Amino acid sequence: MREVGIIAYAQSPQIRQERALNEVEMLMPMLKVALVESGLTMDDIDFVCSGSCDYIAGGAFSFVGAVDALGATPCKMESHVEMDAAWALYESWLKIQSGEIKTALIYGFGKSSVGSLPDIMSQQLDPYYMAPLWPDSISLAALQANTLLQTGRYNEEDFAAVVVDSRRKAKANDNAQLFGDVSIEQLLAEPYIASPLRRHDCCPITDGVSVMIIAEKSVATKQCERPAFIRGIDHRMEVHQLGLRQLAESTSTTLALEKVKEQSGIGSGGVDIAEIYAPFSPQTLILKDALGLTDTVNINPSGGALAGHIMMTAGLDRMGMAYRAISEGQANRALCHATSGPCLQHNMVSVLEGI
Amino acid sequence: MDIDLDPIESIAVPIYHHYHATSAKAITPFLHAIKRGELMGHLSSATGKVLFPPLGACPESGEATHEPVILKDSGTVIGFTTVHLPIPGSKLVPPFTVANILLDGADQTCSHLISECELGDVVIGMRVQAVWRPKDQWDYSLENIEYFKPTGEALVDVDELKQHCLERAKLRVKNRVKGNSTEVHHA
Repeated sequence: MREVGIIAYAQSPQIRQERALNEVEMLMPMLKVALVESGLTMDDIDFVCSGSCDYIAGGAFSFVGAVDALGATPCKMESHVEMDAAWALYESWLKIQSGEIKTALIYGFGKSSVGSLPDIMSQQLDPYYMAPLWPDSISLAALQANTLLQTGRYNEEDFAAVVVDSRRKAKANDNAQLFGDVSIEQLLAEPYIASPLRRHDCCPITDGVSVMIIAEKSVATKQCERPAFIRGIDHRMEVHQLGLRQLAESTSTTLALEKVKEQSGIGSGGVDIAEIYAPFSPQTLILKDALGLTDTVNINPSGGALAGHIMMTAGLDRMGMAYRAISEGQANRALCHATSGPCLQHNMVSVLEGI
Repeated sequence: MDIDLDPIESIAVPIYHHYHATSAKAITPFLHAIKRGELMGHLSSATGKVLFPPLGACPESGEATHEPVILKDSGTVIGFTTVHLPIPGSKLVPPFTVANILLDGADQTCSHLISECELGDVVIGMRVQAVWRPKDQWDYSLENIEYFKPTGEALVDVDELKQHCLERAKLRVKNRVKGNSTEVHHA
């Protein structure tokens, strides 16, 4: 396996609504920030891969429009995934493994404020049985949360405790949308929006973009004082039909973790921090169990997706936040997780390590 | 047996999503201009090229563009096609001709209809002029121009035009380095 390091990461502030700028206009300044951090120019970038979904802002081919921000004339080697940009990173990582490229720029963007994101997300369900019923993403997450409650492993106080923890840690994250000191009692006094979920159990609607640059070891060590090397990365997917899945477990996450352990020799006991992409608070608990994380690991020091959730980059952002912690010396090893699909259908696990 | 059932060839599953979008930073001044009857492009400071319609990013340099240039409503046909099939949802009745038109002063083509001539008369290099709808119908839309019509001027050699554009763009960059003003230009 070729060693690949993250050498730059830039994220726009995770704001509730960006009224003046479109996705390209939000993206351009962040591309510059990431390139400056990497010490590379666009000419040094061998491959560009993005993650976005045109349904979110309702603009057909907005992902093609974003290519203008790259200075893509003459053409770049470019690809796109209609998935979280963490999968754009995975495609780039594979391309480096193949030996075809040495550097890749990954970006993702989401402007969720212009549409009704929970309803738009129902379009990813199967077109015959589920999508015509329009189950929105919050209701499906509530269904999953109730399944978790039924197991007796956790209660609603535990959900609230996840939110308290997220808001507190997010005070240190300049790009966070939701942060501050709240108590479990305060949160439990709030009304349900889809029982057992309250508003604060759901990630906030967010507009923003993120950009990351990765490079094969020879370039990474030259360009970056302390890259975060991807020691292992794997993703696994569960079946589409929710009724066929164990919603209170995340078997695909556990399987991906096992593969990552085989690749890296590092398990969830050997990391300092974990950045988990859980758009709903109960999912943090499901994933914590699936990843076998104990209280010795600092989970979501950035505040996680509950503090800010750029749809289509929130998974890449977990790796970006872990890279930041590693490059700034706050952590040496990080476990990262990304998810896609309803109720944690598809999960990616990776382990990052400093030199 | 299921195998004897008639196949179902279609079911109706209508999908509606409602969006509350606003125009982007670069597109907003363009829309205000077209409402006034002006065609606003953007000068790319990196390449000296005038981009019309402006998208706010120069695809060659990746730099943001915001410097407005007001263009004339005449231009040259760079390419065209005559459409004979009806387009679902379109108000246009075939056959009609769509052309890529390079507006005078611009370095990037835009697409519009060609009319007031026989279909077979449209050729590459033809000079054309915008035909605007009545002023009281103007909106924030390129549809304020109903179509372009031939002017009857001599055909333009497109290769020579391209060369001219490239040299003009270089000159714009050069003049810019000298420190020209950044007020609205009229091409």
